[in-house]
Amino acid sequence: MAVSDLKRTPLYDVHLAAGARMVPFAGWAMPVSYQSILDEARVVRQHAGIFDISHMGRVCVEGAESLPVLQRVTSNDVSRLAPGDAQYSLFLTPQGGIIDDIIVYRRRAQEFLLVVNASNTEEDLRWIREHTAQSVAVVDRTSETAMVAVQGPHAPSLVAGVLESPALLDLGRFQFAEVEFRGTLIVCCRTGYTGEDGFELIGPVQEVSSLWERCIRAGAVPCGLGARDTLRIEAGYPLYGHEIDTHTSPVEAGLMWVVKLEKGEFIGRDAVMQIRSEGVLRRLVGMLLDSRIQPRQGYTVHAGDAVVGSVTSGTFSPLRHCGIAMGYVATPLARPGTRVEIDIRGKRVPARIVPKKNLLAPYPEHSEG
Amino acid sequence: MSKIPDNVRYSHTHEWVRCEGDIATIGITDHAQSELGDITYLDLPEVGRVLQRDERFGEIESVKAVSELFSPVSGEVIEVNAGAVDATEVINEDPYGNGWMVRVRLQDPSELDTLMSAEEYARLIAGDGGH
Repeated sequence: MAVSDLKRTPLYDVHLAAGARMVPFAGWAMPVSYQSILDEARVVRQHAGIFDISHMGRVCVEGAESLPVLQRVTSNDVSRLAPGDAQYSLFLTPQGGIIDDIIVYRRRAQEFLLVVNASNTEEDLRWIREHTAQSVAVVDRTSETAMVAVQGPHAPSLVAGVLESPALLDLGRFQFAEVEFRGTLIVCCRTGYTGEDGFELIGPVQEVSSLWERCIRAGAVPCGLGARDTLRIEAGYPLYGHEIDTHTSPVEAGLMWVVKLEKGEFIGRDAVMQIRSEGVLRRLVGMLLDSRIQPRQGYTVHAGDAVVGSVTSGTFSPLRHCGIAMGYVATPLARPGTRVEIDIRGKRVPARIVPKKNLLAPYPEHSEG
Repeated sequence: MSKIPDNVRYSHTHEWVRCEGDIATIGITDHAQSELGDITYLDLPEVGRVLQRDERFGEIESVKAVSELFSPVSGEVIEVNAGAVDATEVINEDPYGNGWMVRVRLQDPSELDTLMSAEEYARLIAGDGGH
């Protein structure tokens, strides 16, 4: 795709002016970094970083039957959400594959907002519309809104200060408030994709662009997709197209905590129940390497002479000072502590299986006391 | 703007060579480290290995990409920079100084004449747009 065909977020010119390196991502021109990917990742672990994530799809689902429609097309239990609550969830195929991983926000009894992956927005819209009821409106709000994430230990107080809304600090994880800012409402949700505390903010283009500038003046450091990827791998979060896709089930991906089989009928339920009862041959795990070398997607995992799995994402961890990865390995080898080897361009590099969230270790100064 | 000092010679694959007597020190250029971004891993040869000109002598990796390193000159490796292997950020911070990679004993000093001057290298990277 030519660069000129890429979609631009409302902050595109701001990124260029800040010296960002722009790359194509899911059809969008996005900043991969401003200065140093590793410095940006460190600032999020220690202070506060701000990410433009306006490329993510934002879809409103409203109407009398919006709740039953979402109960049918998503895997988590939407009825557990009160207005002001959000939840991580999945769209599943009838065969139990993952169409997308999403966040569902309940704004009012019959009004929901879905945040979906940029690469899947079109497919997700088609999927919801195919399974929707007449009384339900499904509207793509991506282009008329913008979205930024402010992440890091100082992010909550920074956002509360910029929006002059100390009540934001009372929100729990996956709770949101709609805060008035320059005459419009900004959705402020205590969520993120970095493993740190923080908020994701959604609102009209002009106001969110203004919030971007104000957060930076308040001390947030602009961060690109490179740091975002490093941080989410350290946190053990899956990325669509790497850890999950229509050929992976939530059973092997370790995502059964967002599949509520007891909530009643939904698309993919029967298939997931069958996969779970039959058992899976592979499981998604974290891997810590003994070296600074980076595993990358597609590299094979070995135990002795046998190929036992493959890497889905890898990076250098500025937390651990070594290569880290997520990947699928044969179920018997998925136990934490198992030693494996990763084939990195012909070199066998020793690695240790760890639970995905154990890739995230505290900085030494956090662990003292 | 990348730093392109006058006191070294340059290869088309973005290595530099600095000579003191028959000892040549080799590293990668400021332009190369900038294009790679944060360098996280460096693999260097054993001391004693004899490199041929243009032979692959190692591997360098950043968060974004992996690149091979090619020796601009022929000679025996007499020293490698273990400090840069352990703390690869020094290559980003000081590519012509503490970020050096290997020292070799030159076999054929005339090879240096075929490498680029600072001026020629500046022209090469000016035409190296699109990154």
